[in-house]
Amino acid sequence: MENQQLIPHLFRTEFAKITAVLCKFFGIEHIETAEDIAGETFLSALETWTYKGIPPNPAAWLYTVAKNKAKNHIARNKIFRGKIQSQLKNDFTNVETIEIDLSEKNITDSQLQMMFAICHPSIPAEAQIGLALRILCGFGIEEIANAFLSNKETVSKRLSRAKEKLKQENVIIAFPPKQEIYKRLHNVLITLYLLFNEGYYSESKDVVLREDLCQEAMRLTYLLADNEQTNLPPVNALLALMCLQASRFAARKNENGEPVLYYDQDESLWNRELITKGIYYLHKSSTGNTISKYHIEATIAYWHTIKEDSEEKWENILQMYNRLLQLEYSPVAALNRTFALSKVYGKERAIKEAEKLQLTGSQYYYALLGELYTGIDNNRARLNFDNAIHLAKTTADKEVLMKKIDLLNISQ
Amino acid sequence: MDEYMLIFRHEDGKKIASPEQIQTWMKQTMDWIGSIAAQNKFVAGNGLIFDDAKVVHHNNVVTNGPFGDIKETLGGYLIVKAESIDEAVEFAKGSPVLQGPGNTMEVRRIAKNDDKH
Repeated sequence: MENQQLIPHLFRTEFAKITAVLCKFFGIEHIETAEDIAGETFLSALETWTYKGIPPNPAAWLYTVAKNKAKNHIARNKIFRGKIQSQLKNDFTNVETIEIDLSEKNITDSQLQMMFAICHPSIPAEAQIGLALRILCGFGIEEIANAFLSNKETVSKRLSRAKEKLKQENVIIAFPPKQEIYKRLHNVLITLYLLFNEGYYSESKDVVLREDLCQEAMRLTYLLADNEQTNLPPVNALLALMCLQASRFAARKNENGEPVLYYDQDESLWNRELITKGIYYLHKSSTGNTISKYHIEATIAYWHTIKEDSEEKWENILQMYNRLLQLEYSPVAALNRTFALSKVYGKERAIKEAEKLQLTGSQYYYALLGELYTGIDNNRARLNFDNAIHLAKTTADKEVLMKKIDLLNISQ
Repeated sequence: MDEYMLIFRHEDGKKIASPEQIQTWMKQTMDWIGSIAAQNKFVAGNGLIFDDAKVVHHNNVVTNGPFGDIKETLGGYLIVKAESIDEAVEFAKGSPVLQGPGNTMEVRRIAKNDDKH
């Protein structure tokens, strides 16, 4: 029993570590070999541990086996040996002298460098997230398919295409030169941000998987924050955003997995430790003179950790959305800004602004209009909620909207 | 869709208003720009500082400030996307700059490569 619970978690973290180190050692063109050796290591673990029990230090056991498998692979495969040798200029004539460094430092360095390789500008964004999940987080194909609400074949194809692209572009697994770090970091942060959002907003029913996605995104962002070269304001801002958002994870869904709206959430379920951490990183991020969208979004998330409404709270949120939209337009930000506007200036003014948005393809647009018309013109509120239900994709969303209509009926 | 520049002409706020009043104008300006940005029509914008302004004339004669007989002068600009000059004018009408009676918003279409100007 113990075995079955430990192994999947261990698999993910250690698979990712071993793959990164081996891939860094062999070069990006041998990414599949690295994955295979890591995979075989876990097969050995499953076979051995089932009979002999889990060793006292499972990670060390895995590293020893992985090293031996890597050495055997080099010894057995002459062509591979030739290729690697010419690239790395290592002396592989005596396989015994090959040193594969699975120290904590080299694991961290390899993973960080792998992050920059995967988030190379030549790789399409969608493929980057898939690759990050597979190579940096050790997720299985089926888990990735679940997270993306896709199927195994599609995910497999997408991953192989992405790996092909890495090889074609001959992406080097290394830290970018100092003057390029900021630019390259931009891409890395986008991928981590999307990875986190994939977990936070995913429609996948698998709650554990969704939380894992968020945690993995946070773990990788921590790696960046802990490294001297990448401990930069936007990294801290993104980490702050993740901590502050994740603090509400447990409160966002009820026991049936249905969404719980912000105002209905049980504050005692908000994770205070994550809120404190988020505030710490938000402070840390406020150096330098560039404000990234992560700074702005983290500030908005911070104000949401104070549940009580106040003029100050909504004034600040509105100003942050004003800035966010100038930096980067998105329909979600436009809708949220209009909600904040209603909190500061009242519903009538917000209705006028909302109707200018014309986001007629979005359920959230109609849900917002329904909300704004509630108490002003309940018939219009109902019409808008109806439109929203019509566009809503999940039963859970439809139910939330239906409850809103019920409340309109009661108040009449 | 074309780009239009909305040019603000107003007095130097610091000379006629309290810091609190300026603060309020700033907030109103941000809400006005935010409203345009929420419609995905914002392109760019900047405020221009009145202090130390210089004008360079013919023969490189330099004078202080553009502030001659007219008190209202260039104080900032906003570039927006709009379907027509009328839409751009509607955006301009929302500017808090127009609270001052002598102030104006000038609306000009930005020349493209093939425009003669």
